[in-house]
Amino acid sequence: MVVFIQQFINGLAIGMAYSLIAVGFSLVFGILRLVNFAHGAVYAFGAQFALVIFVGMQISIALAILLAMVAAGLLGVIIDKTALEPLRKKKSMPIANLITTIGISHILVNLMTIYFGSQTRGFPALFSFGMIEVAGVRVDSNQLMLCLVALILMGVLTIVVQKSKIGLAIRATEQNTKAASLMGINVNFVISFVFFLAGASAAIAGGLIASHYRIVFPAMGFDAGLKAFSAAVLGGIGSLPGSIIGGLIVGVSESMAANFLGSAYRDSVAFVILILVLIIRPTGLFGKKAIMKV
Amino acid sequence: MRKDFIYIVENFLSRYKLIAWAVVCAGMLAVPLFGFSPFIMRMFIMIGIFAILALGLNLLTGYCGQVSLGHAGFFAIGAYTYALMKINLDAPFLLAMVVAMVISAGCGFLLGLPTLRLSGNYLTIVTLGFGEIVRMVIINWRSLTRGPLGIGGIPAPELFGTTFTLTNHGFYYAMLVMLALTGLTCYAIVNSRTGRAFKAIKQDPIAATMMGIRTTRFKVLAFVLSALIAGAAGAFYAPIIGFIDHNTFNFDISVLILTIVIVGGMGTMRGMFLGAIIIIAFPEVARFLMTYRFVVYGLLLIVMMRFRPQGLLGWKSRLPYNIPKAAKKQLEAGA
Amino acid sequence: MSEHYLQVNTITKQFSGLVAVDAVSFHVDKGEIVSIIGPNGAGKTTVFNMLTGVYQVDTGEIIFEGKPIHNLQPQDIVEAGLSRTFQNIRLFGDMRVIENVLVGTHIKTKYGFFDSLFRTPRFRREEAELTLKAVEILRSIGLDSYIHNYAESMPYGAQRKLEIARAIATDAKILLLDEPAAGMNPQETEELMDFIRSLRDKGYTILLIEHDMRLVMNISDRIYVIDHGKRIAHGLPSEIQGDQRVIEAYLGGAKTNAED
Repeated sequence: MVVFIQQFINGLAIGMAYSLIAVGFSLVFGILRLVNFAHGAVYAFGAQFALVIFVGMQISIALAILLAMVAAGLLGVIIDKTALEPLRKKKSMPIANLITTIGISHILVNLMTIYFGSQTRGFPALFSFGMIEVAGVRVDSNQLMLCLVALILMGVLTIVVQKSKIGLAIRATEQNTKAASLMGINVNFVISFVFFLAGASAAIAGGLIASHYRIVFPAMGFDAGLKAFSAAVLGGIGSLPGSIIGGLIVGVSESMAANFLGSAYRDSVAFVILILVLIIRPTGLFGKKAIMKV
Repeated sequence: MRKDFIYIVENFLSRYKLIAWAVVCAGMLAVPLFGFSPFIMRMFIMIGIFAILALGLNLLTGYCGQVSLGHAGFFAIGAYTYALMKINLDAPFLLAMVVAMVISAGCGFLLGLPTLRLSGNYLTIVTLGFGEIVRMVIINWRSLTRGPLGIGGIPAPELFGTTFTLTNHGFYYAMLVMLALTGLTCYAIVNSRTGRAFKAIKQDPIAATMMGIRTTRFKVLAFVLSALIAGAAGAFYAPIIGFIDHNTFNFDISVLILTIVIVGGMGTMRGMFLGAIIIIAFPEVARFLMTYRFVVYGLLLIVMMRFRPQGLLGWKSRLPYNIPKAAKKQLEAGA
Repeated sequence: MSEHYLQVNTITKQFSGLVAVDAVSFHVDKGEIVSIIGPNGAGKTTVFNMLTGVYQVDTGEIIFEGKPIHNLQPQDIVEAGLSRTFQNIRLFGDMRVIENVLVGTHIKTKYGFFDSLFRTPRFRREEAELTLKAVEILRSIGLDSYIHNYAESMPYGAQRKLEIARAIATDAKILLLDEPAAGMNPQETEELMDFIRSLRDKGYTILLIEHDMRLVMNISDRIYVIDHGKRIAHGLPSEIQGDQRVIEAYLGGAKTNAED
């Protein structure tokens, strides 16, 4: 039982970080109906960048992650402006967008390999004030703070999307881009803003996860990206609470699988859940059903 | 029809169709006579295998409109089936090949079933998940697949007492035969009721349904066919590279196959050959770019999508529709 | 009671509380041209969608040739003999005109997958027959000069005609035409009327939704009027023209528009 609770808590911590990545997928998909395959690479960039300036500029790792957040957010905007916006203007087929994001991901991962090195590098712990132990279940400070930071950020994001003016614009654009544009909403700005949010939250997730596992490497975005994507779909892509629940489910189930089935199963659970959910309830747990129009 | 440059080329080729085909076939058959290095021969074979994979995926993605990002999974299933049948059961080449195709097609059937409820992005995600799950099964089913250790020393195929190798050009000619068979099969499928149903489903699934096309059945068929072809390619690939493990068939391979289809020109067969040549030869030709070549590869994809999303050879034919001979005769008699 | 060719009994369709079609009944006899008219958003296309199996009916039944066809798969309904066109053209734009018609012959094609794989005599014979049939249909509708074109490259009016040609190719007994004259100029509409009449003379039964009153009043044998999902009138064209409720339904809409 203690093992179970312990794994549950480990899973929650990592799941919260997944949901931060998932939000990025979800926001972008909500507005553009696009699976952004470059998102995993942006996440990896966030973590790598934080480490590089932490080492290079001798600043605290927390500050480094904050700077990485801005950098990754801007990277997201640049990706959209240079590669995706021209495709939107041409009304390209969905597959062209998909392949473009895969191409971007290729470029980012390989540039990171060239400039940051392909090897795995150590990452400092973000928080280290020991651990809490209750009835044999141990929670280390990193896990606790990971949950806390992620939760606060999700709260902020929810408020931004639900309460702020730009949030209203985002939701309007999600519903109907054309109508939103006719109502005077600057759709291109909204999209840029969404890419910024997505990049920034991915960078924070990158920092948090890197400081949890204490390592970074250029290809780290691939698995994490796929898992976060599973989480986003699982929760219902386009829904913020869905991303959180999805992230937690993926995190907890992979931590359970790693413990009870063997570590090799860790990475496959997310996909099995994903496929089952898609087949049983394609719109995810929190998604809305669409009416077919003829 | 526009009478542009493409029209001139197409018209020329169709007028001298037989000669053109004879030249191409003779050229391909004669390749071993030029004494290319084994390295180059191997690259030709790889181009052939990936052209086969692309022809198969093209049925699913190019014609039927179902984007698969998990094709490496079928490729892997074919390769592992062949390797295990050879090593554990000492099965003859053709038997191992057929079993590989059947198992792969069976998995294609299973992967096709979700098309009943899913389409577009969601289906693509399921295929991606499928590709990853195949890898996970390979890693975890150690008693069968030897897990992360991989399988080495995969015996070469043999037929009529001859063992195919790189040096006796058996691999090359076997590849040519497979490529030709795949090409003919795809041509026959595309130019039939099935091919028309695929194309209709790609363009407008609802209109296709309203024409009485059982869309789910045809989508599943497209999955089965393209899985079958990928399985065959896998069975042939395994002995050529000699060693396979879970990383041989990762997500990048799925992307690679899809890239060939798109760069060549979705929904054309000619494009698959050019696409395979460009994408497979690229890393070798672009060696001078050193570590930057995969960055350039990514850039190429982006530029391609922006300026020529229909693919290099993705034009619509300017020639008249190919009316069956018997019908043509009657029409001419009537008019 | 279901002696009629097509009998629709009190079909209802709701979308999350909104009643789009409310207990609508009508019938079509063999060889008739029947029109369904009504203001925008009255529920006409929803009726078509239920007839062709795009939507399930919530309650009610649809009987064709004595057999219930409501809630069947769309493909089964096509095989039963109902085929439709679309209000917003849904051709297979990247396919040739003749291929579009050949897709229509899909359900009447008998050769199997392996026939096509091995190019058997059966395959060759049937493909030739289908091609002749497709050419014949295109000729009858005046599209024979476009046979080799890609559907999307044709002018608008020709595209509308191709939709009808494609529906005919399914060997339909009843053609459901969803606003066939939309976007056509008077000359084209005139031709369309003649063509629809000629279809009836060839034995087709036609059910159509249309806004063009001239076309409706000219060619319909009978007319049903729907407003707000309910059937409000039914009769011969001459009766409908003078019907007070119909005038109100249309003018009432116009009046509110004018006040806006």
